[in-house]
Amino acid sequence: MIEKIRAYSFPALLVWLLFLVINSFFGFSMHPLVIKGTMVLLVVAFGYYVVNMKLFSYVTHRIIDAFLAFFAIATMTFLLLRLLPGGPFDQEKTLPPEIMANIAKKYNLDAPIYQQYFDYISGLFTLDLGESYKYIGRPITEMLIEVLPASVELGVFSLLLAFILGIPAGVLSAANHNKFLDRLLMFGSISGVALPSFVVAPFLILIFAFKLEWLPAALWDGPSYYILPVLALGSRPAATIARLTRASVLEVIASDYIRTAKAKGLSRLKVLFKHVLKNSLLPVLTISGPLVAGLLSGSFIVELIFAIPGMAKHFVQSVNNRDYPLIMGVTLLYSGLLILSNLIVDLLYSYFDPRIKLS
Amino acid sequence: MTTIAPTLQADTAVASKSLWQDSMSRLKKNKAAMISLYFIIFLCFVSLFAKYIAPYSFETQNMDAILQGPSSKYWLGTDSLGRDLLSRLIYGARMSMAVAIFTAIISLVIGSVFGAISGWFGGWVDRIMMRIVDMLFSIPSLVLLILVKVIFDSLNLFENPELKALTSTLMALSLTSWVTLARVVRGQVLQAKEMLYVEAARSIGAGSAYTLWKHVIPNIIGPIVVLLTLQIPGNILFESFLAFLGLGLQPPFSSWGVLANEGWSLMRSYPHLIIWPSVAMALTLYAFSYLGDGLRDALDPKMRGRM
Repeated sequence: MIEKIRAYSFPALLVWLLFLVINSFFGFSMHPLVIKGTMVLLVVAFGYYVVNMKLFSYVTHRIIDAFLAFFAIATMTFLLLRLLPGGPFDQEKTLPPEIMANIAKKYNLDAPIYQQYFDYISGLFTLDLGESYKYIGRPITEMLIEVLPASVELGVFSLLLAFILGIPAGVLSAANHNKFLDRLLMFGSISGVALPSFVVAPFLILIFAFKLEWLPAALWDGPSYYILPVLALGSRPAATIARLTRASVLEVIASDYIRTAKAKGLSRLKVLFKHVLKNSLLPVLTISGPLVAGLLSGSFIVELIFAIPGMAKHFVQSVNNRDYPLIMGVTLLYSGLLILSNLIVDLLYSYFDPRIKLS
Repeated sequence: MTTIAPTLQADTAVASKSLWQDSMSRLKKNKAAMISLYFIIFLCFVSLFAKYIAPYSFETQNMDAILQGPSSKYWLGTDSLGRDLLSRLIYGARMSMAVAIFTAIISLVIGSVFGAISGWFGGWVDRIMMRIVDMLFSIPSLVLLILVKVIFDSLNLFENPELKALTSTLMALSLTSWVTLARVVRGQVLQAKEMLYVEAARSIGAGSAYTLWKHVIPNIIGPIVVLLTLQIPGNILFESFLAFLGLGLQPPFSSWGVLANEGWSLMRSYPHLIIWPSVAMALTLYAFSYLGDGLRDALDPKMRGRM
C-alpha cells in the first residue's frame, strides 16, 4: 500500500502542478489558500523524499553551492558597478558640491566601499535592494515584485509548451526514422533553433494580429494575449527538446533491453512508455538547465516586442539610465531564477537517476 | 569520443590526414551541409566585397524616395530615410559576419586556453576555474552581455561613438561566449588525458605544453570546430539582440539587428522592412545550423544529436 502511494505521489503532484499552471493560463483566480497549501505540500513531499532517499548531504551541498554562486554574482556586480568611473548623477551641468554630497549621503555612496558592500549584502538578506536612482523614492524590491509575475508566467507557459510540443515531436520523429514525417519534423525543429525570437515574433504579429486579426498584438491581459508571446518564446526550446528526444529515443531503441522487452512479447505501446520513454527522457532533463537559461535570455526580447510588463522593460531602461541599483537588482533576480531552476533540475535528476548521489 | 584509429597513429601525419579526408568525404555526401557551405562562402564573398557589390552606400539618403516598395532602382525598396534596403542588407551582412567571426576567434582563444589549463592540471586549479565558469553560467547570457557592455561603455575607451559601440559589442560578446567553449575543451582534455598516446608522450619526457599542443589539441579539434560553427550563428544572434534592444550598433551603421529594429517599428505599414532582414538572417542561421550538424556527423558520427 505504502509502496503504491509512494509510486503514484510524484506523478500526482506533477499533474496537480500542471493543473494549476493551466488554470492560471486561463486566468481563473485561485484561493490563496490553494497556493499556500500546494507550497506546503511541495515542501513536505520534498522533505520526505530527501529523508527517505538519504539524500540529505547531497541536497545540502547543492543548496550551499547555489547560495555561494548567488553570493559571488552579487559581489561581482556590486564591485563592477561601484568601481566604474562616472555615474547616473553626472550631468552636462555640474551640480553644486553640497547637492552632490546630499545625493551621495542619501544613497549611501559617501561611506567607504567595504561599508557599502557590507550594507548591500546585509540588505540582500532582508530583501532590501535599496532605492532606484531614477524613480526617486521607489524601493527596487517593490519594483521587481511588481513585474515578476508576468515574467514568470511567460517563462513557465513557454517551458510547458516546449515540453508538450517537443517530446511528442521527437518520439514521432524517431518512430518514423528517415521517413517523410521525420524529415518534416526535423526541418521544423531546425527552423525553431535557427530562427531568432525577434524574427518569429514580428511574423506572428504580422500574420495573426494584423492580417487575420485573431489575437491581440501586445500586452499581457488574459489567455488570448498569452498565445503569441508563448509561441514566440517556446518555439526554440521546443525545437531543442524535439531534436534531443529524437536522438535519445533512437539510441534507446537500438539497445539490448528494448530487444528483450520486445522479445518477451510486450505490446508496442508498453515498450514505448515503460522502457523507451523512461530511459530516453533523462538527457532531456539534463538539458533543461541550459534551456531555462536560454528561455530567460529569450524572454527579454519577447517581453519587449509584445510590450509585456515584465523584468526586461526595467532592465533596458535601467541600463540606459545607468540606474545602478536597478541594474543590480534585475541581474540578481535573473541569476536567482536561473540558479533556482538549475537546483530544481539537479534535484529532479537525482529522483530519476538514483545513481547520481553516489558521485 | 576519440576513435581508436588516431590513438594508435597520432604521431604519423598520414594517419591524421586520412582522418580529415574521411570526414570531408562524409561531409560531401551531406547535401544540406554542402549547400550551406556554399551559401556561407557566398556570404563571406559578398561581405568582403560589399563596397563593389552594393548598388549604393549604406548611408546614402534619397529624400525623394522614402519608404518605397521594390522597384528597378531599389530592388528591395527603401527605408524611412530613403536608404536602399539591399545595400544596407549587404553592409549589414558584412558587419554581422565580421562581429560574429572576430568574436568566435577571440572566444576560441580564451575558451581553449582556459579549458585546456583547467582540464590538464586538474585538482584545485580545476576546481577554482570551474567555479568561475559555473558562476558565469548562472547569469543568463543576455543579461551578462548587457552588463559587460555597460562596463565597457562607461570606460570611455574611444572618443568616436561608432568605434565605441563596435568595440564594446565585440568585447561583450567575446567575454561572454568563451564559457561554453571552455567547458567543452575541458571535458575533451580530461578524456584525452587518460589516453595511451598521452601517457606514451609523457613517458618519453615531453612537457605539459608540448604534449597539450602536439598531442591533445589535434585529437580534440573535431568537437571544437563543430562548436565554433554553432557559435558563429549564436554570435550573429546576440549581436542583433543587442542592436535590436538599441544597446549595440546604431544607425546609420547597418547590421541585421539594426535593420530588424528599424523594420520592427514600421512593421504594420511597411512590412518589407522587417521581412528582408529576417529572411537574410534566417537563411544564414539555417546554413550555419545545417553545416554545424553536418560537420558534427562527419567528424564524429557518435556525437549525432548530442550537441
